[in-house]
Amino acid sequence: MSVDLEKILRPVDHEMAPYEPKYMMLASGEAVVVRQVFRDEIPDLLKHVEPLIHVERDFYDVVAARVYAELLGYYQYRFQDQYVLALQVDGELAAIVNGRQVTPTLGLSLHTLALRRGLRIGAHGFAAKMEYHIDTLGHDEVLIVAESPIGFRRWMIEYKLEKRFHIPHELGGVPSWALTRELFDRARSKLVVGRRPVPPELLNKAMEKILPPSDPPTPPLDPLAATRSMYDPTATSLVQQRWEMEKGMENA
Amino acid sequence: MRDVYVAGIGITTFTRLEYPLTEIASYASMMALKDAGLTEVDQIYVANMGSPRVNHQTALASAVADSLSLLPAGAAAIENGPASGAAAIKAGFQAVASGMDDVVLVAGVERMREVNNLEATDFVATLTHPLTEYIYGVTLPSHAAMFARLYMEKYGVTERHLAMVGVKNQNAALNNEWAHLQQEISMEGILDSPEAMTNNPYVAEPLRFFDACPVSDGGAAIILVSKEKAQELGRPMIRLSGIGQATDTHAVFEREEPTDLLAVRKAAEDAYAMSGLSPDDIDVAELHDAFTILEIAESEEVGFFPKGEGHIALEKGETALGGRIPINVGGGLKGRGHPVGATGVAQAWEIVTQLRGDGGKRQVEGARTGLTLNFGGFGNNVVCLTFVRED
Ligand SMILES: CC(C)(COP(=O)(O)OP(=O)(O)OC[C@H]1O[C@@H](n2cnc3c(N)ncnc32)[C@H](O)[C@@H]1OP(=O)(O)O)[C@@H](O)C(=O)NCCC(=O)NCCS
Repeated sequence: MSVDLEKILRPVDHEMAPYEPKYMMLASGEAVVVRQVFRDEIPDLLKHVEPLIHVERDFYDVVAARVYAELLGYYQYRFQDQYVLALQVDGELAAIVNGRQVTPTLGLSLHTLALRRGLRIGAHGFAAKMEYHIDTLGHDEVLIVAESPIGFRRWMIEYKLEKRFHIPHELGGVPSWALTRELFDRARSKLVVGRRPVPPELLNKAMEKILPPSDPPTPPLDPLAATRSMYDPTATSLVQQRWEMEKGMENA
Repeated sequence: MRDVYVAGIGITTFTRLEYPLTEIASYASMMALKDAGLTEVDQIYVANMGSPRVNHQTALASAVADSLSLLPAGAAAIENGPASGAAAIKAGFQAVASGMDDVVLVAGVERMREVNNLEATDFVATLTHPLTEYIYGVTLPSHAAMFARLYMEKYGVTERHLAMVGVKNQNAALNNEWAHLQQEISMEGILDSPEAMTNNPYVAEPLRFFDACPVSDGGAAIILVSKEKAQELGRPMIRLSGIGQATDTHAVFEREEPTDLLAVRKAAEDAYAMSGLSPDDIDVAELHDAFTILEIAESEEVGFFPKGEGHIALEKGETALGGRIPINVGGGLKGRGHPVGATGVAQAWEIVTQLRGDGGKRQVEGARTGLTLNFGGFGNNVVCLTFVRED
């Protein structure tokens, strides 16, 4: 008897209503399109996420590594009920947000990754995914965590999230926070913007191709620097330095 | 008193810097020394506001002296709130003008991104009156908001005027490779579109996000020398021609007319008197636009425009590059960033760049005189400097 192991390994996604694309004007005057990205476009995202794994500031490294793994898991059918939204300015990738449905009434926010800074693009992306959970999927609440101080400011403080510390979040098992429908309704007028439908030329430009970000976050100049910082002691630079040393020794 | 010249300037990118504080100050200083063609100095002043609290480091000037192998030069750190930079330049001026020293390195440095924004705001708020302001939660944004509200009611300044300063300065920073913000903004995006209130929310009403400068790390340095030394070094002859410093009440509520920035007025008057210049003689200015309203108010108090008319001049484009008196052409604090202790020195760096004709795309044509205004406390300790190109 033959066993199709793939059938056992591959989770069965539940049906999830699609996200209706929207667009909004940024502080720069540019229009950003928010749209759902499906499996076929995941490889296009991966190549722009990978370089951020080496950006040791503002926890881009940790977040990008996790996003990479989540997107790859989704692409290879190793992640259940995940959705991914992309934000694009003139076709260029500006942010990625993702999350998943835990139960028909409970959502879980995975990550928000901004590839261009200074325009609240991340915040707009986060608002869009909350909209997807609450309005499209009909979730009563969404479990959320922050990995970076700016994330904490953007989500916990701006949305006045409630504590659900008894629930370990899927991201590292850390205590969860929650956005309830009521909190979202209160935040709506201030934090959630966007216009629908997206004019066809804007949407087509976004769908045509995911273009690389023109000004993505870059690693600090001094690879050891962040490890000398008191409050942001991430360690990937040390790992990287060790790899460099090992390479040097191999070549010697 | 001897004449004092600027022989060298240096700066780091203003952004989030992951270098230790000493290295940030040293890097800018090294650039200034290189620019001047010097390897030795007599005296070092390092301006900084928050290192004991934010970076857990004290005695910065001694650290810089050693890290740059400038031993055994004299060295001292100067803390004077956000006006530390210009206060250190004043000390450097006094050292050279008095004949005590021939070559003085003045560096300004701050590394405030080491802590999160909430802590950074709190650290800056420690300059407020501890008993009548700080304990009630007063911060610099809230001070500036109350000031802006009064200004709007009294002089007809609107949120549109504030946004115009923000757009002018943040977009000016695009011409300054060292500036923190390299992101263009538009009036439509921050004020007029349906999304504007979310893109640009109130931080402390009536001030919005794009009315405030960002929290930045960075360092800047200048070398002050005697006339003989300046001639020997052969760099453009830029004289630090005037200095004025004045103080005002610590608690803002004690001021008779809170919309008057008397220390700004007095510091500017003294700097003009010392240099023999008048406001009309100034070709380019760096004002302390930590909040957009301050650029408008200061442009009046330093005498560029009558009181209450700064916003009208702004509307007419008089303060933009190409206007009658271009203000903050390198982005100001709003666009370049505001590592507090470094700001006063960075302002001098920009003016010297301009007077040398090295401003590139942001160059004010034919600039030969410049003014900086470094605003400490909420206007309770202000330093004004004037510079003149002589050759
Ligand atoms: C968290 C995150 C999504 C927020 O993105 P966002 O909402 O688009 O935030 P912004 O880029 O608009 O905000 C920060 C920028 O605003 C700009 N800014 C700050 N103060 C400003 C001011 N006064 N005026 C104008 N611009 C200002 C700066 O450019 C700043 O960037 P800097 O820190 O490099 O200097 C994004 O920072 C990110 O992807 N971080 C890494 C991953 C991460 O932490 N994800 C969240 C995990 S919970």
